[in-house]
Amino acid sequence: MQDTTQSASIKEAFPWLNERPSGDCAAFNCPPERVPALMLSLRDEHGYKSLADLTAVDWGLEASPRFSVFYQLYSQERNEYLRIVADCTSCVEPAVPTVTHLWKGANWLEREVYDMFGIDFAGHPNLCRILMWDEYPHHPMRKDFPLAGIEAPLPGEDVIREEILDGQTQVAPMAGGPFVASCGHTMSKAEPRAKDQSWSEKKPKL
Amino acid sequence: MSRQTRDISFGDAAARNSAFQDQIKGDKMEINIGPSHPATHGVLRLKIEIDGEIITKCDPVIGYLHRGEEKIAECMTYNQFVPYTDRLDYIGPIHNNVTFVLAAEKLAGIEVPARCQAIRVICCELARLQSHLVGLGCFGMDAGALTVFMYTFTEREKIYTLMEELCGARFTTNYTRVGGLQRDIPDGWLGHVLKVCEAIERVNEECDKLLTRNRIFYDRCVGVGVMSKEDAISWNLSGPNARGSGVTSDLRKDRPYLGYENYDFDVPVGTKGDCYDRWLVRVEEVRQSIRIIRQAVDKMPEGLWYNDEAKRIFRPSKDKVLSSMEELIQNFMLVTEGPQLPEGEIFFEAENPKGRQAFFIVSKGGGVPYRLRIHGPSFSNLSCLPQLMVGALVPDIPIILGSLDFVMGDCDR
Repeated sequence: MQDTTQSASIKEAFPWLNERPSGDCAAFNCPPERVPALMLSLRDEHGYKSLADLTAVDWGLEASPRFSVFYQLYSQERNEYLRIVADCTSCVEPAVPTVTHLWKGANWLEREVYDMFGIDFAGHPNLCRILMWDEYPHHPMRKDFPLAGIEAPLPGEDVIREEILDGQTQVAPMAGGPFVASCGHTMSKAEPRAKDQSWSEKKPKL
Repeated sequence: MSRQTRDISFGDAAARNSAFQDQIKGDKMEINIGPSHPATHGVLRLKIEIDGEIITKCDPVIGYLHRGEEKIAECMTYNQFVPYTDRLDYIGPIHNNVTFVLAAEKLAGIEVPARCQAIRVICCELARLQSHLVGLGCFGMDAGALTVFMYTFTEREKIYTLMEELCGARFTTNYTRVGGLQRDIPDGWLGHVLKVCEAIERVNEECDKLLTRNRIFYDRCVGVGVMSKEDAISWNLSGPNARGSGVTSDLRKDRPYLGYENYDFDVPVGTKGDCYDRWLVRVEEVRQSIRIIRQAVDKMPEGLWYNDEAKRIFRPSKDKVLSSMEELIQNFMLVTEGPQLPEGEIFFEAENPKGRQAFFIVSKGGGVPYRLRIHGPSFSNLSCLPQLMVGALVPDIPIILGSLDFVMGDCDR
């Protein structure tokens, strides 16, 4: 449950922050452009010495703001977490300022968010992909990226074997494949056979 | 006891060779280690620039084991995702199971009974033993002491046998469920746990005697890969790597979960933050884990091993399903729709063997998470390599990597 004294003290120090509903620690919304200054103050004056996690959420194609960046701060002295959320103003070219100058560990975390969501961290010293290869064209954690994947060119000619067609990554065969559901839908609607009518008992699996 | 401190500046490569300055041509060479190399313990690739024998730049390349676990999690119910967590930190898989369901239970706002908690504590500590035995063994092997590796792997095998008795699988355990466990512990299992603990304790002491005061090992580790306390916090290091650097942080003490506050154990902390300190911390953590397991076995409470109140989260018992309509429907709904968790945003971290593993769940209600973020400790522990490697010698690479005790499944997810 939310710690009221913690959120009250943060609220007092930064009256311009908007409180955000949260299931555990205190959480606040912050405009992206004020994030670095807020983080600096939280780190040096309020004891939130470490950045436990930095991630993003895609709220869906229709949502506005579409992308939010989540910062999880942790205070070693009080053993408290604090969540700061920055909603990206642009849905097409989402961007927030970097916090790599405050925490060295933010370097890879921001690279991962850039890789997975395509959020630009202005001022990052080396904003390149980290988990996918450099030439990969998509951002896989976006909601419009399907679970099975999209065909994409492989990184280089040296990794292309003859049996791989066209030098492309292949889409995972989903017919009769893993039973998947998605948020807000029931399992029965999500059964592969419900999604893909081309597959039946008589026809062989793809 | 007076403490001796050493000032070793490894940062300036040229300084160490000042006597031979005029003989150095100054050509730097780039070498590539991995992604498939015995020293990198998995598919880690290091792009290294060396000046003679001294590393001047290190650029780790990760992602070779990326399986998109976060994406997969958005497409299945919470209990369906438990087996996927086995594949995160696959050296101590059962701890990932526990951490994940603890996060889901925090979202649901439910607690599990004391017996379930005690069983989970034993599982967590067994996972820690598993992980540290591999960590210590591989560290020894990287330093050239192959014997220790053989000893620790023999003991680790015994823990796998315990896991097999517990849940049927040796490696990929899939033991926990939201609101409880897969099943209760089998008869006589606790006795076997104690026997294995005794054997591990003996081997741990043996490894300690073999290596800790071993001159060759000592010389190879002391002063190598030094990480200061401030840097460890800034790099978000966690677990034994952070504690080796003197960060007194252990979530089992700081934010106790699973009733860790009722167990008596110490948290070892290093002073210098070099590879040797990280070794010492792990050796001591093995002892402390055994201590916790003994206490948990001693006062193992009777009672239920699942939450009986959480009707829409944990499945009813089989005999009730077969005899009562209500429970049959409940069981059917749980299997098809998944455990029904409320809306909310939850961040939960637990002290995994490798460090803090975090799950951040964004739920819009129902059986499937809207977004599940997994923060693996190895990801942050590896991100400090560009700093840690600079100034080290080429033969120090396996020592530093071995001392960080990372696992790529956890890093790449």
